[in-house]
Amino acid sequence: MAKSNTFTYEYLKGLWDQNPVMKQVLGMCPTLAVTVSVVNGIGMALATTFVLVFSSLIISLIRKIIPNQVRIASYIVIIATFVTIADYVLRASYPDLSKALGPFIPLIVVNCIILGRAEAFASKNSPFRSLLDALGMGTGFFIALVVLSGIREILASKTILGIQILPDSFAPILVMILPAGAFITLGLLFGIANFYSISLEQRKREKIIKKYVDNNQEKVKE
Amino acid sequence: MTLILIFLSAAIINNFVLSYFLGICPFIGVSNKISSAFSMGIAVTFVMTITAIVSWLVNNYLLIPYHLDFLQTVSFILVIASLVQFVEMVIKKVSQPLYRALGIYLPLITTNCAIMGLALFIAMKNYDFLESIFYGLGAGIGFTIAIVLMAGIREELDLADVPKAMRGVPITLITAGLLALAFMGFAGMITI
Repeated sequence: MAKSNTFTYEYLKGLWDQNPVMKQVLGMCPTLAVTVSVVNGIGMALATTFVLVFSSLIISLIRKIIPNQVRIASYIVIIATFVTIADYVLRASYPDLSKALGPFIPLIVVNCIILGRAEAFASKNSPFRSLLDALGMGTGFFIALVVLSGIREILASKTILGIQILPDSFAPILVMILPAGAFITLGLLFGIANFYSISLEQRKREKIIKKYVDNNQEKVKE
Repeated sequence: MTLILIFLSAAIINNFVLSYFLGICPFIGVSNKISSAFSMGIAVTFVMTITAIVSWLVNNYLLIPYHLDFLQTVSFILVIASLVQFVEMVIKKVSQPLYRALGIYLPLITTNCAIMGLALFIAMKNYDFLESIFYGLGAGIGFTIAIVLMAGIREELDLADVPKAMRGVPITLITAGLLALAFMGFAGMITI
């Protein structure tokens, strides 16, 4: 089945169809925790994508060598290696961001998106496909984080990326910066995404019914 | 006294789920029924306490003396993964009823970020041995409190008339947000 998918689809499916956060409900912990500001969200998404892409590539390359019984353990070691690299690179080149993200950089290791893709995709597909899939999932994660952190930052501090957007007269909604704000915003975002999917499906169904009814009417006329 | 404070602060004030966002996956996935939520909570508390002990020992007797700090992430995750496997085997041998109650939750715990977070926090905060144990125990009990509360609310929610698009994960997240607001009432009660 996987062979029939085009390369473009392998990449694009991560953006919406199988968006890791909005559709698969994976990687919730970093999504909620670091989205206080857009900068943090972008940093987290890029670090996660880096780990995701390289671990998917390596796992896919050696997927035929790894014995089946120890595959999860091997995946975890590979992922942990890349997480360590990402952690040390961030600490050296962006100390402020690294401090803001704190323990959530090493916690990428237990991000279910990465292990999930390794188990569900990279262990069964060719390196190039896995690379595209990982990039797509990373982009999907990036979009979700930027949207969520954008909403939270603009409502809590009137800014996006530190640039003031809303006028001074706007009273900041402080709860957005607190954990409660993260849960509620993400809940509403999920609701909107569901609403969109449901109405899309309904429209599709109505179209089919209408086609069917029209055909029948034509037959009756004949 | 410090031990009690560390315990309380990990359990209630800095609740792992509601203020650090650790362990959200099981928090949303396994909070359908109070009974299974309670089993999950107990399993997590159990593994957390043991993880606190083992990761402290590994960090202080292996990583720090030999300057292997950069292996922290790798070694912690390996410790947790093997620990979970070990606990599973021991429980299977020792008590069948307990295994039947906790069995399916144990493999899920490996990728529970609350456990990994605990190991990292203990290393970051430089707790001593006893403090680590109490911190682990408190964090586990805090997780249990949060997930059982959530399951209780969700059992009631099943009877409520929720808009179609909000059913399932969205309403659970919003409920979690309200719970987090309620837990904020404890903020500042103890400062460590």
